[in-house]
Amino acid sequence: MSFDLSLIASSLPKILQGLGLTLNLLVVSTLFGLVLAVGILLMRLSRRSWLVWPAKAYIYFFRGTPLLVQLFIIYHGLPQFGFIRQSVLWPILREPYWCSVIALSLNTAAYVSEILRGGVLGVDKGFVEAGKALGLSKFQRTTRITAPLAVRLALPAYSNEIVSMLKSTALASTVTLMEMTGVARTIVADTFAPYEIFIAATIIYLVLVWIIQTGFTLIETYANRHVRKT
Amino acid sequence: MADIIVLEKMNKFYGTYHALKDVNLSISKGEKVVVCGPSGSGKSTMIRCINRLEEHNSGRIVVAGEELTDDEKKIDLVRREVGMVFQSFNLFPHMTVLENLTLAPRLVRKMATAEAEAIAMKYLTRVRIPDQAHKYPSQLSGGQQQRVAIARALCMNPEVMLFDEPTSALDPEMISEVLDVMTDLAREGMTMVCVTHEMGFARSVADRIVFMDQGEIVEVSTPAEFFAAPRSERARTFLGQILAH
Repeated sequence: MSFDLSLIASSLPKILQGLGLTLNLLVVSTLFGLVLAVGILLMRLSRRSWLVWPAKAYIYFFRGTPLLVQLFIIYHGLPQFGFIRQSVLWPILREPYWCSVIALSLNTAAYVSEILRGGVLGVDKGFVEAGKALGLSKFQRTTRITAPLAVRLALPAYSNEIVSMLKSTALASTVTLMEMTGVARTIVADTFAPYEIFIAATIIYLVLVWIIQTGFTLIETYANRHVRKT
Repeated sequence: MADIIVLEKMNKFYGTYHALKDVNLSISKGEKVVVCGPSGSGKSTMIRCINRLEEHNSGRIVVAGEELTDDEKKIDLVRREVGMVFQSFNLFPHMTVLENLTLAPRLVRKMATAEAEAIAMKYLTRVRIPDQAHKYPSQLSGGQQQRVAIARALCMNPEVMLFDEPTSALDPEMISEVLDVMTDLAREGMTMVCVTHEMGFARSVADRIVFMDQGEIVEVSTPAEFFAAPRSERARTFLGQILAH
């Protein structure tokens, strides 16, 4: 078997043409997912059982099934139903881009809501009591004390989830999207050189992960400036 | 004088465990009450009921003219008038000292930031650490953190201050700086309810000593009576244990 270094070099710029779509899927799904996750978190932490159990069921379903299967159900499965094709949602659900965004968002929301819940449960009860003793309302305690401390506790696990999301965007290539992995697969089909091409893709993913990791390290350092001793 | 805190036949259960049994206690304005007793005797639970960090199950609690019930509005009214200092300080770790002190005056009393900061600096000066205003709690010693916690409670200009074992988490060399601040506060006429094992402080500051054991108030007496001749056997045993060394 021959190994062609120049092929790696020449395929890098081609694969980078998919970078925009990869980042687009990552950012859009992460934002939608975060908003959804906060909603699920509030339901999950509620004292009302009729809010808690749908949240638990949601988390169980989306953590309990493969993301690829969820994507296929949305992209291949839903259009089987006539009423979906007739519905106002059809312009969205027939687009592989939106199907990918929906699958990624719904999936990450389940994980992120649990990551945030871990943060909330990690906040020392004493701080909340101090807030009560000062006469702060429940809303004020939540926004000024619990939430900022919970977010700090959740950051390491959240950065893990973002890295995981970056890699999950590759699944969008299975529904025809030309993000980086999609582009790489096309080049492989032309060149019959899977080794070199996927190594090139690997290099780009590793660089992106490095940027995400470093970014989160900076954010964590800033967010935890109060625990540094002088 | 008017009673600012009234506990009447108050009972508190944790499940089936009877934590407070028919507690009766009235505290008048300006009075300093030290609550002592062995661990598990219900001292902390009792003072935590006064600002409803714990809910009582029966009996009445009236604080600053408001009876504590499920009514959230009244609970908030009471909490505004009652400052609390905790064993573990509980300063908000993500805020500077100044932010810790101004948070409640700004949000609860709707005070302008400049005014809240001026008041905060006044109390930081009173607890003798105005130079630490812009540090984070983790940068301070335990004694300094507890003095900030006292200042934070004072910034709300409370009618009553509750202290829940304020020196129990401190290294010995820092205890006196906190007790000094508390003694100053007592001299200025603040109404204080203090759970503590610091018997020297109790002797010099308290108007009355409340001795609790197994969820009951066993005796209430002046420090002079309590230390010279405790009426109950349980108090004698307790004093023997803590003053033995």
